[in-house]
Amino acid sequence: MNKIWLIIKREYLVRVRKRSFIIMTILGPLLMAGIIILPIYLAIQGNDERNIALYEENTSFSSKLENTDNLHFVKIPAEEVSIIKEDFTSSPYYALLFIKDEENFSLYSNQQVSLSIKEKIEDKITSIIQKQKLELAGIDLQVLEGSTTVIEVETIIIGEGGETSGNAEVSFGIAFMCGILIYMFIFMYGTMVMRGVIEEKTSRIVEVIISSVKPFQLMMGKILGIALVGLTQFMLWIVLTVIISSFAEVLFFDTTSITSESGEMGKEQSIIVSEFLKSLAGINIPQLLSAFVFYFLGGYLLYSALFAAVGSAVDAEADTQQFILPITIPLIISFILMQPVMDNPDGILAYWASLIPFTSPIIMMVRLPFGVSNPELMISMVLLIVGFLATTSFAAKIYQTGILMYGKKASYKELWKWLTYKG
Amino acid sequence: MQKNIFIAKDIVKQFGNYTALNYVNLEIPEKSIFGLLGPNGAGKTTLMRIINQIIAPDSGSLIFDGNKLKREDIAKIGYLPEERGLYKKMKVGEQALYLAKLKGMSNKEAIEKLKYWFEKLKILHWWNKKVEELSKGMAQKIQFVVTIIHEPKLLIFDEPFSGFDPINAAIIRKEILELRKNGTSIILSTHRMESVEEICDHIALIDKGVCILQGEIEKIKNDFRNSTFLVELKTENLSLPKNFEIIKKENKEYQIQTKDNTSANDLLKVLLQNGEIISFKEKIPTMEDIFIKAVNDE
Repeated sequence: MNKIWLIIKREYLVRVRKRSFIIMTILGPLLMAGIIILPIYLAIQGNDERNIALYEENTSFSSKLENTDNLHFVKIPAEEVSIIKEDFTSSPYYALLFIKDEENFSLYSNQQVSLSIKEKIEDKITSIIQKQKLELAGIDLQVLEGSTTVIEVETIIIGEGGETSGNAEVSFGIAFMCGILIYMFIFMYGTMVMRGVIEEKTSRIVEVIISSVKPFQLMMGKILGIALVGLTQFMLWIVLTVIISSFAEVLFFDTTSITSESGEMGKEQSIIVSEFLKSLAGINIPQLLSAFVFYFLGGYLLYSALFAAVGSAVDAEADTQQFILPITIPLIISFILMQPVMDNPDGILAYWASLIPFTSPIIMMVRLPFGVSNPELMISMVLLIVGFLATTSFAAKIYQTGILMYGKKASYKELWKWLTYKG
Repeated sequence: MQKNIFIAKDIVKQFGNYTALNYVNLEIPEKSIFGLLGPNGAGKTTLMRIINQIIAPDSGSLIFDGNKLKREDIAKIGYLPEERGLYKKMKVGEQALYLAKLKGMSNKEAIEKLKYWFEKLKILHWWNKKVEELSKGMAQKIQFVVTIIHEPKLLIFDEPFSGFDPINAAIIRKEILELRKNGTSIILSTHRMESVEEICDHIALIDKGVCILQGEIEKIKNDFRNSTFLVELKTENLSLPKNFEIIKKENKEYQIQTKDNTSANDLLKVLLQNGEIISFKEKIPTMEDIFIKAVNDE
């Protein structure tokens, strides 16, 4: 046990001290934060005040086009139109709205007009025309406005802990995140194990080490050491992402401006936020987190033993292709199954895929936000542990023969023979 | 009688249909150097891996220092495999410390011993270098140190001199001899027959998974004498009776084998009739001769 600990320590420290680890650890959250912040930032950027020059030939929209906080319509005389068109850059306008008649609308600008502005203008004109048509048809606009209704169906889950409100969209998002993260984690750190084994084999240190420890101890030490690297990186990512996002929020956005922004938007946002929080309360967060760590580790352990076996069977990374494929197929299948499982998280497909150890790490995490009964979860977890023990002992057999085979190109037949060798 | 540090009895090891070792028996005497010889693919590496418990034999028994070989015994055995290397990106000292601790040494003890040996071999200034900065010979020296650092009772060296220049090879040879003097038992596997002759006390010759020759090196050499004599004469014309055969002639130097129970004295008598003798001695077979003869005769 003491020796395994030494190996774990070495594997961990060597990787954590690597420059690539430090770079990845810093870049990861920056990317993640970027993904979160950028759309918000861009959306707010689009909210700059814009002056739109307006010229109409035969219509009278201008009196009805209302200015908003960031969209000002300025009526211009006909002679100015050509001046603006000729030298747009020096004009004070963002765009020129040219209305020929009730069917022909053009928007001139020296740049591509932002989609949101185009849509806003379209909305405004559409509603003006609609109102005109309704009035013409003799419908009382006040009656019409009074008839507008918005209803919201609250979803409530009756579970063991009483009634909780649910939100399919939020569950969906969380399920997707969890599935992708586990998929990535298994792949990244599984191949890291494989590379580590190949490194030991090609540098010929492996025989020196296994004259001191059992091959199985070396393999497990490596797998566990790298698992700790993965957990460390993951924790650092979470911490750094939170720090960076909150910093960015303070730096880039004046939060008060978002909430106070013209009535409706702010209200809509605060509804979304409170909905989100309410449905988060509906999801069993401690269960989700502990299950995440469990499937994170379980899935990684199950697959990394196989990755180690592949590493032991080859002399160079280039030769791994043929053996990697059967390992990656169940992973890719799990990835593909994510969508159908999210659509029907209680279906027969979801049920079995979340029990089979090769797919359960990803699929169970996808199902979990939608609610899974405790006995089912327990069976899945036990099966994953059994699966991990099985793949590990299988992989260890190949590993202990493979690491001592130099310059021999292994085939599947060869691997099969290795399984029969006595350790 | 000399005590044996290691006894292997009827060791069999098969890899699928291939028999690597076929009922091999070995007795390795204590406090001496035991040469494990054999052509490539004879099964030497497999045997050494079995002694190190890297792999297990299919059948047979292994006795170490009077008792059945146990897992804990690996702390009392040191192994320098032929296929050896180090982590390239790790620093020399850190790596040596890691390997020493894997052998069960405490941190303090390991540092002390490592510093002693690094100092002795004048490599202490490499301590903070990365292995990839070292030459092959330098790395070999470090591997030698980590093999012996835990002061094992039994040391197994597989081609310990490969990769060394003559000066460094001599240093390593000197250290190996000193280890024997201090009571360590050593198994040495090498294809360099001159090294075997120089430092081995006993040998075993393995071919195709079978031990074909084993014993004290002097005795084996004696057994392989074939009454051949090296003679240098003044004359270039030599004619001998039928019971003496000239095997080889080079100028005035002859190799003559005596036959039909004739003795050295009989040969001398005949030679004296052919003029002055410059030198006369029996040709003792070299290990190389013995190796080739034993393997070819099998």
